[in-house]
Amino acid sequence: MQKLLTWIDDRFPLTKVWEEHLSKYYAPKNFNFWYYFGSLALLMLVMQIVTGIFLTMHYKPDTGLAFASVEYIMRDVDWGWLIRYMHSVGASFFFIVVYMHMFRGLLYGSYRNPRELVWLLGMVIFVALMAEAFMGYLLPWGNMSYWGAQVIISLFDAIPVIGQGLSEWIRGDFVVSDATLNRFFAFHVIAVPLILAALAFVHIVALHKVGSNNPDGVEIKKKKNANGLPLDGIPFHPYYTVKDIVGVTVFLMLFSAVIFFSPELGGWFLEHDNFTPANILQTPPEIVPLWYFTPFYSILRANTFAFFGIQAKLWGVIFMGLSIMLLFFLPWLDRSPVKSIRYRGWMYKSALAIFVMAFLVLGYLGTRPAAGPNLIIAQICTVLYFAFFFLMPWYTKRDKTKPVPERVT
Amino acid sequence: MKKLLLLLVVMGLPIAAAASGGEGVKLDAVKIDLNDQASLQRGARIFVNYCLSCHSASFMRYNRMGHDLGISDELVKENLLFAADKVGDLMKAVMPKEDAKLWFGVAPPDLSLEARARTPEWIYTYLRSFYRDDKSPSGWNNTVFPHVAMPHVLFEWQGDQRAVFKTEHGMQELEKFELERPGTMTPEKYNEAMRDLTNFMVYLAEPAKLVRYKIGVYVSGYDNAQRRIRDDHARSA
Repeated sequence: MQKLLTWIDDRFPLTKVWEEHLSKYYAPKNFNFWYYFGSLALLMLVMQIVTGIFLTMHYKPDTGLAFASVEYIMRDVDWGWLIRYMHSVGASFFFIVVYMHMFRGLLYGSYRNPRELVWLLGMVIFVALMAEAFMGYLLPWGNMSYWGAQVIISLFDAIPVIGQGLSEWIRGDFVVSDATLNRFFAFHVIAVPLILAALAFVHIVALHKVGSNNPDGVEIKKKKNANGLPLDGIPFHPYYTVKDIVGVTVFLMLFSAVIFFSPELGGWFLEHDNFTPANILQTPPEIVPLWYFTPFYSILRANTFAFFGIQAKLWGVIFMGLSIMLLFFLPWLDRSPVKSIRYRGWMYKSALAIFVMAFLVLGYLGTRPAAGPNLIIAQICTVLYFAFFFLMPWYTKRDKTKPVPERVT
Repeated sequence: MKKLLLLLVVMGLPIAAAASGGEGVKLDAVKIDLNDQASLQRGARIFVNYCLSCHSASFMRYNRMGHDLGISDELVKENLLFAADKVGDLMKAVMPKEDAKLWFGVAPPDLSLEARARTPEWIYTYLRSFYRDDKSPSGWNNTVFPHVAMPHVLFEWQGDQRAVFKTEHGMQELEKFELERPGTMTPEKYNEAMRDLTNFMVYLAEPAKLVRYKIGVYVSGYDNAQRRIRDDHARSA
């Protein structure tokens, strides 16, 4: 065995990689609940890829066959229903995990120096994941799939001069059609998953270069023992691999409870209108994306005013784009001398609470008709959402902070 | 932390306010029980004899249905196979789509997934909400699905209903149905038959539902946990 390992190590840095990233990768010893979601996100990526491979064996990307092929998987393929539910519920759970993972970053300032690049790479993963989910949603060719894609692609129409041509180029047709379905299939099963896998790899490499942040926001590399090892660090393997197994177990219990007992989750994970095949002549009463897009969808619909000579629809598109873009700039908007929420003052704490509430309210309103009081509440929440970012340089600087300890607590 | 929680609660109020607010027609509750095999079998018989003349359930196979509901292939062949030759065939409607379009203006929709696209409550209420309306081409109308193209196929069972409307806040609302001419079934019997049919359509929309819950209990380990608790009790006693 030792001989084999030596043989491999002479030709490939197996032991070196194992030590650098697992057995001798020192992570802070004070990780809490919020630190489960990184490894869970990786688990979901693998789960989506594996279940996706099996779905691809039976799915047919053809407007005449797609809907029936999904029902064929649900009825005639052995355990097909299970694979399909793992994939459809998995998409929602992937987003739950990723949103929790991002929220952890906001809590403990994980995006701050020296981890800006880790955050940026993570944001690119988030955007790629949104593209992946959006294109995957068209594939079952239900009526909501169809109209959802129709509405979102037509947003590009709002761009002056090139808009019309751009949206036709994306669809490959004047409306969502077979050409669109085929190219979305190609992107969903090959292009974007490849990008996601590569980005997840780079995200981890970048993290391991700078080391993990922790709930105290202290750099453990500053205090080392005689052997040059961080005093507050423990090797990732076996300590955090074991901890993560606990997280995975609890997570899988929740995940399987939804898969087996409520895979539609009352229309939140699989919508009623998507059990009717795509119909170009019949618009669903209310076109809504799945829950993980609804906060941004709300922002898109919130603006009803035309100003600076730009029509309201284009402003909506700009605001939606901006609401995602702003997240990229967090590392430079935050001017606080401390990282973790534990040592921040009331200003940041309130701002974060308001931001989370605005995000959740926007998410809920995105599933409702945008009219009357709903619209006004959505407009207020949109303003609050943007205020969190635009006022951040000011309130993080002014905020009264507590002294940060030398070592983790 | 407490202040944060308080803030969250206060800010949560608008959601609660926005969440209340209903939609059009009131739907009646229906007891769905996929363990009630007799009900599923009765529902299947109604579905094949009446619905399948015009509507397809083209994602479902006869023998799969038979197998799931405890009906042998022979019995399926003898009693349910009007529209197909082989028990392995998909459940396609007898009536050609082109004719249906000509006669009713629209082709009757495929019903495989109706219980998931609508809801069980919607189907159950819809089936019991046909009423006489001389202004409609078929002579029938429906309070759940106004101006529906389908006539009341089961009127012989239910009889003729008249809808009594009231006007509230300028909106016309159903007050009650009045049975003008009784059918061959009492209203209770008819409700039961429609419950069987709805129950069957819930199965039809997702056959995996029959096994999904059972496997789920094992996968989640609830069964195992229960046994262990029982064992612990036995030991301590």
